[in-house]
Amino acid sequence: MKTIKVLGSGCTKCSKTAELIEKLAAELGVDATVVKETDVQVIMGYGVMRTPAVVIDEELVHSGGIPTQTEVTGWLQQ
Amino acid sequence: MFEIFTRLADWLIYDLAGLSADTKMGQALHFFVEDTTKIFVLLVVMIYLIALIRASLNVERVRDFLAGKHRGAGYLMGASFGAVTPFCSCSSIPVFLGFTSAGIPVGITMAFLLTSPLINEVAVLLLLSLLGWKFTVVYILVGMAVGIAGGFFLDAIKAERWLQSFAAKALERGKQNGPVGPAAAESMSMAERHQFARGETLEIFGRVWKWVIIGVGLGAALHGFVPDGWIEANLGDGQWWTVPAAVLMGIPLYSNATGVIPVMESLINNGLPVGTTLAFCMSTVAASFPEFILLKQVMQWRLLAILFAMLLFAFTLIGWIFNFLFPVL
Repeated sequence: MKTIKVLGSGCTKCSKTAELIEKLAAELGVDATVVKETDVQVIMGYGVMRTPAVVIDEELVHSGGIPTQTEVTGWLQQ
Repeated sequence: MFEIFTRLADWLIYDLAGLSADTKMGQALHFFVEDTTKIFVLLVVMIYLIALIRASLNVERVRDFLAGKHRGAGYLMGASFGAVTPFCSCSSIPVFLGFTSAGIPVGITMAFLLTSPLINEVAVLLLLSLLGWKFTVVYILVGMAVGIAGGFFLDAIKAERWLQSFAAKALERGKQNGPVGPAAAESMSMAERHQFARGETLEIFGRVWKWVIIGVGLGAALHGFVPDGWIEANLGDGQWWTVPAAVLMGIPLYSNATGVIPVMESLINNGLPVGTTLAFCMSTVAASFPEFILLKQVMQWRLLAILFAMLLFAFTLIGWIFNFLFPVL
């Protein structure tokens, strides 16, 4: 079970990122919860400056834009 | 080089649509077609080329570079990086906090954040193509000066006193820890650069095209429908009060540089003094309520009010100085 956080202050790109991850997780049958984290203090805690960013099981894997399908699939299959 | 767009507009409006160059309607449509086609072509070509070059520059590297820099040089560098580093305004809060927690003084961070919306490659490109290189140089220098002077002033009044407490604590910690070593520069292959540049072009174009249409549309409306000589006759002398009035008018209008520059072109061509035009446009681009609401997350009301007053004062001053200087130049 993976906990995936999408960091970002609620911009459209952040929602799109979260949707993409949810969609691919469902397609691949990966058990994952996707949470949108909008609190600036928490975002700062991960040292992220470009949003949207993606944190999987407390590890920062991506920042600064909507990830590609290939990237997301890679994270989910790990 | 740009003549092809004038010819295209001639052909479309005067020949194909059969409108006369002597009518207001014909002139306005001609202006609209010429400017939108020119801007769109330029945008696509130039954003791609610029993105190719700066693909490996990002805010993380700017932060590492600015951390621990001497203040004097820091303001200049903060403003310069603000001009060349791309970042979406929705990221301004994370960037502010990232810089702050690296111990970078508030003034240097704000020099970066203030210059960023005013100067970017799209703005410079539009200015070059619509208003010529002299005006472009002036605009860049003034935009950087606002960032540098603003940053200097904020540090001089110890603005960090009025940060939200968690941001102030992050700044303290950052100062004690000292700068972290610079992040390793990512080396990028040409294929990766192309990928990045392609993505940037699509993204920026997707974001700004409607602003171009709105901006040029407004410019065309001004061009075509405000009676000839009205602006010049009524506002052309650069009466002192027109500048603060222009700044105040710019605040509720929220636009980015892309939308405002075509309007600037039209205003200047209609005889509005350069200083008044600059004041109006900078106020529209850099002082906006949505931006300030965002900054509330990291700043107390008092600092926000100071920042706001500072910008209004700066833009008014710029307007006065240029209205005074330009008739002479």
